[in-house]
Amino acid sequence: MIPTIPQNPLVRVVYGAYVVLFFVYLALPLTVVAVFAFNDSQFPSLPWEGFTLGWFFGSEPPMIGVVHEGPILRAIGTSVIIGLAVSALSVAVGTTNAFLFNRYQFRGRGLLYVLMLLPLVIPGIVLGISILVFSSTLANAAWEVAEIDIQALRPGLVLVILGQFSFVTTIATLVIAARLQKFDRTLEEAALNLGATHLTAVRTITLPYLAPAMIGAFVVSFLMSFENFNTTLMLVGSDSPLTIAMFDRLKLGSTPLLNAVSLLLMLGSSLLALVMIAFQRKS
Amino acid sequence: MRAGQKLGLILLLTPLLLWLSLLIIIPHIDLFLLSLRERVGVRQYETGLANYRTILTEPLYMVTFARTAMMSVLATILTLLIAFPVSYYIAKLVRGRARSVLFLMCLVPFWVSELVRTFGWMILLRESGVISGLLQWTGLAAGPVEMLYNDAAMMVGLVYTSMLFMVVPLVTTLDSLDDAVIEAGYDLGGSGPSILREIVIPHAMPGIVSGSIVVFMLSLGNYLTPTMLGGKDSLWFTQMIYSQFIVRFNWELGAAFGFMLLILSSLIVWAVLRLTGQTLEKTMG
Repeated sequence: MIPTIPQNPLVRVVYGAYVVLFFVYLALPLTVVAVFAFNDSQFPSLPWEGFTLGWFFGSEPPMIGVVHEGPILRAIGTSVIIGLAVSALSVAVGTTNAFLFNRYQFRGRGLLYVLMLLPLVIPGIVLGISILVFSSTLANAAWEVAEIDIQALRPGLVLVILGQFSFVTTIATLVIAARLQKFDRTLEEAALNLGATHLTAVRTITLPYLAPAMIGAFVVSFLMSFENFNTTLMLVGSDSPLTIAMFDRLKLGSTPLLNAVSLLLMLGSSLLALVMIAFQRKS
Repeated sequence: MRAGQKLGLILLLTPLLLWLSLLIIIPHIDLFLLSLRERVGVRQYETGLANYRTILTEPLYMVTFARTAMMSVLATILTLLIAFPVSYYIAKLVRGRARSVLFLMCLVPFWVSELVRTFGWMILLRESGVISGLLQWTGLAAGPVEMLYNDAAMMVGLVYTSMLFMVVPLVTTLDSLDDAVIEAGYDLGGSGPSILREIVIPHAMPGIVSGSIVVFMLSLGNYLTPTMLGGKDSLWFTQMIYSQFIVRFNWELGAAFGFMLLILSSLIVWAVLRLTGQTLEKTMG
């Protein structure tokens, strides 16, 4: 079935309807989350009690808006810190990985490449508990040997960052490697012929060429970190990032405050994605 | 290899090896060792398979394990069946701007966290929710209908949450199929179904395989959707890992659970790759 081959109109209509239905299915949950953020009620459900912005800007109980809700704002801050750290680490290691697999032929390369892909097929929760177990083994050993209590190895910010970094790096590597593959190496050779050292050639020619992919990888890593739930759930300490904080509230019962936070999240990530697309197009 | 090049290789290998060994390989070995440890007294441990024996002999654990696997397979098949026609439509039947817009519309819902998506389904499906309200309004139902907290609701959530990971690889592989090949199929007397079977599906196989693997993995390892949308009886294997680690503080048994989940997922990924003659490098890299 392709446009150049005539097709039974009935089949075409049914097919089109199916695709429309699919997009309705995709849009439905997000639409209701967004709409009920404006419901003037204590519950994000019917009946519709009227339009309000209280769940965004309200400052008095029972309607405290996002901008006055301390714990949620703190959780957003935690998520941003984690996201920035994870993205920076992942892009750095992803770039070195991309160069390694692109430029060097060495024994064990194939095996290392498969190992590099492995985090994609390990369930996030298993990744979380394995890092939790290993870090507490290390922490216990440090305590037994030298009586030092290494707080960084107990559930908390550092472990969450390491846990997310452990699989986000694979994504960053793939994104950056894909662009490095398309790089014309004669450009680098020209720089070498003109007297540049290897490092200068990479810094002035290759890295600027890679920049869009590195920025893309940074944004994707940030979004993945911001959204991550499974790995984070096992490693989180007392300072919860946003997804965990929202999960805890959702378990207790939801107010439209969560809808308002969700709507802001949607806007934020769409904006980030649009910026990234615009940037990609420009380069 | 010149000395400079050798230095470069070592410098580039170091971060990779540190990352893989300290965060992936050694932690999993440690997890395995922990799962082999059995508690015989206060702070006294022995090495053995007792934790695995407990799992194999406790029906609840095995039933949950099998159920999680079956439901994940079902979710993967459903996702593939729903996504394939849509991916074909985007890759082959629309052109230019409409195409990019449709593709982008597939991606948008996945820029927000799974939590928000699950929350959306809760608002839709719950007793006081939108669909229940709609049914009452149209007179199809006399009173509020609870559609949340059962396997069907959970399946809707699982399929929804992994849709993107099926659509993207399918669109990518279908896109690389030349229209002329399909035309040739028609010229040689093929019909719609036979062309689908002989040309389109074989060509899309790498996409189908990588999409299915990722969707299966995501469903198997999902915690949020079964917890929020599933009922009291729809226990998921990840919930048992969580409860052993965080609630009961029985890390040894939890580690054994985790390892079984890892083995199950690796086995199925390996089997799918073998059956379809694909490799991990080709489907993921």
